[in-house]
Amino acid sequence: MVNIKIDGVSMQVPEGTTILEAARSANIKIPTLCYLKGINEIGACRMCVVEIKGARALQAACVYPVAEGLEILTNSEKVRKARKVTLELILSNHDRQCLTCSRSENCELQSLAKDLNVTNIRFQEIGEKAYHPIDNASASIVRNPDKCVLCRRCISVCKNIQTVGVIDTMERGFKTVVGCAFEKSLAETPCVNCGQCIAVCPTGALTEKSEIEDVWKAIADPDKYVIFQTAPAVRFSIGEAFGMPIGSRPTGKMVTAIRRLGVDKIFDTNTAADLTIMEEGTELLNRIKNGGKLPLITSCSPGWIKFCEHNFPDFLDNLSSCKSPHEMFGAVMKTYYAKQEGIDPAKMFVVSVMPCTAKKFEADRPELSATGYPDVDAVITTRELAQMIKEAGIEFANLEDTDFDNPLGNASGAGVIFGATGGVMEAALRTVADILTGESAPVDKIEYTAVRGIEGIKEATVNVAGMDVKLAVASGLGNARKLLDKIRAGEADYHFIEIMACPGGCVNGGGQIIQPSNIRSWVDLRVERAKATYEEDRDLPIRKSHDNPFIKKLYAEYYGEPGSHQAHHDLHTHYQARNNY
Amino acid sequence: MGNNCECCNDEKLAKLQAIIAESKDQQGSLIHVLHEAQLIYGYLPIEVQKVIAEGMNIPLAEVYGVVTFYAQFSLKPKGEYKISICLGTACYVKGADLVLDKFKEQLKIEVGDCTEDGKFSLDACRCIGACGLAPVLTVNSDVYGRLVPEDVPGILAKY
Repeated sequence: MVNIKIDGVSMQVPEGTTILEAARSANIKIPTLCYLKGINEIGACRMCVVEIKGARALQAACVYPVAEGLEILTNSEKVRKARKVTLELILSNHDRQCLTCSRSENCELQSLAKDLNVTNIRFQEIGEKAYHPIDNASASIVRNPDKCVLCRRCISVCKNIQTVGVIDTMERGFKTVVGCAFEKSLAETPCVNCGQCIAVCPTGALTEKSEIEDVWKAIADPDKYVIFQTAPAVRFSIGEAFGMPIGSRPTGKMVTAIRRLGVDKIFDTNTAADLTIMEEGTELLNRIKNGGKLPLITSCSPGWIKFCEHNFPDFLDNLSSCKSPHEMFGAVMKTYYAKQEGIDPAKMFVVSVMPCTAKKFEADRPELSATGYPDVDAVITTRELAQMIKEAGIEFANLEDTDFDNPLGNASGAGVIFGATGGVMEAALRTVADILTGESAPVDKIEYTAVRGIEGIKEATVNVAGMDVKLAVASGLGNARKLLDKIRAGEADYHFIEIMACPGGCVNGGGQIIQPSNIRSWVDLRVERAKATYEEDRDLPIRKSHDNPFIKKLYAEYYGEPGSHQAHHDLHTHYQARNNY
Repeated sequence: MGNNCECCNDEKLAKLQAIIAESKDQQGSLIHVLHEAQLIYGYLPIEVQKVIAEGMNIPLAEVYGVVTFYAQFSLKPKGEYKISICLGTACYVKGADLVLDKFKEQLKIEVGDCTEDGKFSLDACRCIGACGLAPVLTVNSDVYGRLVPEDVPGILAKY
């Protein structure tokens, strides 16, 4: 511990603590802009400058470690003036169309301007303003460099966490711009559309490609039969957009809100997750039994799939041929359900509400079409759903709880946990174990805690009905790369691997409600939202995919058995190697 | 890479790959490799940057970011004769901009570009330390000083 003094208050803090962290423990909020703990700690933006007694110049609190006897002033006149000038300079070269910006009221730059009482931008008349074209060619992500503050958080998460590295700073000085190599669009790069760049962007420089208007149009069209589905992780983040604490479980309110948008049906993607488990679990058992390609790697995460297609084409045969759950859902809607209900699949409009931006690109894949029509017609993120609910004037937090529509409304807890890293693995184990033993494992034997938690790579050997199954779970593409490099080098081998593109899995997906750095740096979203996920699982009466009554009915009436010819036609897909640039 | 582009020249590619091989494990060697690559090819087109990015296991966006950061690196081919006009303070106040405009007019190219026949390329540079000769320019290693726009046709005629 070292003794320091912040704004006249003496305190003891552990050595190595930054001034920013020390101040926080003294209830002093030092403003930041480029800082995001664990992702971007570079002291570049100068918003967090503080005065240190004896130091020659102002210092960046986010990267300055405390030392014995340090005396710090965080809000002296000198400090406040310096911050304000810096902020005014940033604002003078910013596209300040806040009123029409999707990040309005959830923008760190806007908050700073308000907190720092910037009432006039002194440099806006005399200062130069840079103009760059908007990049909206990607199916998932829109880049607007004129709203970029050059904080470099997106670069760091893309390059260092995801090891994708398709954006970087180009040029220098005033001409500096965050972009792609050779001024290409993201669509022409090996971008995997994970949207982690959006999740860390403090402003509206990175946003999802909105499909809100398409969805409204379909809802308003009396000829369209609009079916909504919501992915497991959406329900554990959507409340945050309406002032609910992180880790809330407003599932029933979400269902009510969507119903009030005027949709024809609101179903649960979790049932499709249960279907995925039936198909993927069977695929795993078949590969083990018949000497098929191992390890089997999960295919639910479209960011991971595209990453694999670009960087690990030699692993394409290891990927499960299962479509991701929401695509399976769409296929079931337009085949079995359409027939059952007597609805023309041409008139169906399937909307996937996803914690994910990569699902937008995925839904455009031409091979994902069981009927000749796309399995899924539109993908909106958790954020877009929140926006629609606000636009419709629905008071989310005060809504009564209602249930999903049936027959796809009784999903299992196994489907719920798809949203957290390790969840698909655990869900699969619950089903595989019962298939192998021919018995139904009791509730106290179905929680596979070895694959839970937020570590980037988890390895376990689990004894399933007398068979040792070697497992690995990776979340975050940097971790996926590490794991696959190990397998490539022959240093590890497994039967079954779960990979999720986003660190922590879908609960921390690129389409989730964005939390600003001053929250995200101190609260682990992955942990809080996963906690809610596992609580929801515990509260459900059905916790195994094969116990879902709709799944039983679907196989009895339509598919026959998992892996059948019809199941393959509707529910499975293929992959292709992709060039990098 | 296309079949007839410069970058597919096997000899040059082998040279570049040898440099990559000896530098790839050394941290911070990207700039060195880019320098060498520019010496080999004269400039750094996407094909060359891709070879470097893949060989050194550095994202192409980062390679391109470094290339565009430094004025030394060029994305466009250079001419057989590289005209480089100093736009440092002393040269500028002595009318270097007028000399530059004359070159643009005569060669029908912009700064940074190369004539279609590949003979001349035109660049603006920072102070070359010959302020006494302002405005000053170099054509490869030849130095010309105390220039006025009317000198331009004569200089070009020499090459």
